[in-house]
Amino acid sequence: MSDLYDCRDAFVSTLVELAADDPRIVTVVNDSVGSSKLGAFKAAFPERLVNVGIAEQDQVGVAAGLAGGGMIPFVSGAACFLTARAMEQIKVDLAYSKRHVVLCAQSPGVGYGELGPTHQSIEDLAWLRAIDGMTIVVPADPIETAAAVRWAASYDGPVFLRVSRNPVPAIHDESYEFVPGRSVRVRDGGDVTLVANGTVLWRALAAADLLATEGISARVLSMASVKPLDVDAIVAAARETGAIVTVEEAIATGGLGGAVAETVVTEHPVPMAMLGFPGFCTTGSSAYLIDKAGMSPEGIAAAARGVVARKR
Amino acid sequence: MALRKEHITLRPVTKPGPDASRAEVIAFLAETARQIRLQDLALVHFGGAGHIGGDFSATDILTTLYGVVLDVAPDRVDDPDRDRFVLSKGHVAGMYYTTLAAFGFLPVADLATFLAPDSKLNGHPNRLYVAGVEANTGSLGHGLPIAVGLAKSAVLTGSDRRTYVLTGDGELQEGSNWEAMMAASQHGLDRLTVIVDRNRLQQGATTAETNDLSPLAAKMTAFGLAVVEIDGHDHGQLLDALSAHPVPGKPTGIIAHTHKGHPISYMSDNVAWHHGVPNDEQYALAVAELEALEAAR
Repeated sequence: MSDLYDCRDAFVSTLVELAADDPRIVTVVNDSVGSSKLGAFKAAFPERLVNVGIAEQDQVGVAAGLAGGGMIPFVSGAACFLTARAMEQIKVDLAYSKRHVVLCAQSPGVGYGELGPTHQSIEDLAWLRAIDGMTIVVPADPIETAAAVRWAASYDGPVFLRVSRNPVPAIHDESYEFVPGRSVRVRDGGDVTLVANGTVLWRALAAADLLATEGISARVLSMASVKPLDVDAIVAAARETGAIVTVEEAIATGGLGGAVAETVVTEHPVPMAMLGFPGFCTTGSSAYLIDKAGMSPEGIAAAARGVVARKR
Repeated sequence: MALRKEHITLRPVTKPGPDASRAEVIAFLAETARQIRLQDLALVHFGGAGHIGGDFSATDILTTLYGVVLDVAPDRVDDPDRDRFVLSKGHVAGMYYTTLAAFGFLPVADLATFLAPDSKLNGHPNRLYVAGVEANTGSLGHGLPIAVGLAKSAVLTGSDRRTYVLTGDGELQEGSNWEAMMAASQHGLDRLTVIVDRNRLQQGATTAETNDLSPLAAKMTAFGLAVVEIDGHDHGQLLDALSAHPVPGKPTGIIAHTHKGHPISYMSDNVAWHHGVPNDEQYALAVAELEALEAAR
């Protein structure tokens, strides 16, 4: 297998690079410097790392105030607490107030698999999709993470960016640029489409390899932008391949799968499967829990065979 | 009954000049607060909704801030160095809009649209709709963290602007306020002033009966603020406390002792007037009492 990367490294190095050129960039943390790997930022710009302690409501509210004072805050903390604990500040102080604040949701999904459901963050995408004006980004590799950070610094509005610690291979090439609402067709195919993002995109690609050996040609869409969604690419996938499987490191309903299903059912209904977690996970490594939920390459391939069989 | 343009009688005020005496400034604040109360009373009576109790406990604080203390003006709402004011108790929007209109941030005629369908004058203020509003509030416990961020941004950008936030007292039951006070003090934000409208009443009962905040001054002091207690209806005391030089390294806490519904006889300290709407007879009585205040001077 190819080299594996921790996307936090790309997140921090990109942020440090941007902050060197733009004094408005600050980070707002909840005693989360280590878990966010923000040590390099702290060393380079100690005064621009605002630590509010273990207090997520305050963390997001303070970020809204910093934005009101002309700064560009990157709020970094464990995804589970940052979302659930500060949901109303995200809704009111950021989205309803149209503040340029970037929420950097660390170790999302089952990144903290062994720590159990208190620390797992599988609901975040479903929750945040309901909030008007949020842009939701789930990068799959270090290149996409860096590109999303660069884009988020330049965009004037609230952004939710997942930053994962699960080791992933590089998928995108260095010329990749993040554009909200635009997916990337990372593999072409005509029999079925696998729509994936985040740390399970490589698994969808591996599943497409398995399917190819059986003569099933799978298209793979890298859908980092959960909101806004690349509706055109999904409608094209439905029309051209006639079956869709979504794959995400999140609860199976309400996130990427939910967004794709809403589009498919209203625009061009085709057989679909939505892979994700059925509910609270048990304890285990992230790889174990993702495999267990049917998102091993073999599991994804099986789901793809299922939807292909349902095509008329 | 509906709020109409003929119910808007407020006229924009002219602030006292730099040479005005203290007595002249205080007289100006008293008269402006009286005019603002009269107009807000009409908004609530004819509009049929609002939070008159908290509106009237906060009137003198808001009038003193906008009349004298805040370094902000209608033509400087985007100036990075303007002072920032965050109304955390966003439910007193009627009072806030009336105050902003009195000081020229909002056309007074717009007050006739208070709470009307699709109006920008929503029941809780929105910064994207009304010039001069710094934060979208309404859910309690949001303003203080935002104010901490505003004050911190001043430090980071080298601006000596000040940040003020007005909270209710019942609102302090929300834990986010105490998170923010800890952070404000940890970060030494001495250009931040937290004003508590201490009217001792919340929606359903007294704060003491609900989830007692006492001893509030001791609590805020323990959280690292330099706390003063004043009469929140005394314009001289408000002027002094709000303009005072901060204690270096400490955020300021001002506990402004007020009365919900002040100074209307049947509303004052009466929990029924949290969001009561005066009927015709009650409206006439309140107007007469506010008019008598002028005659008494």
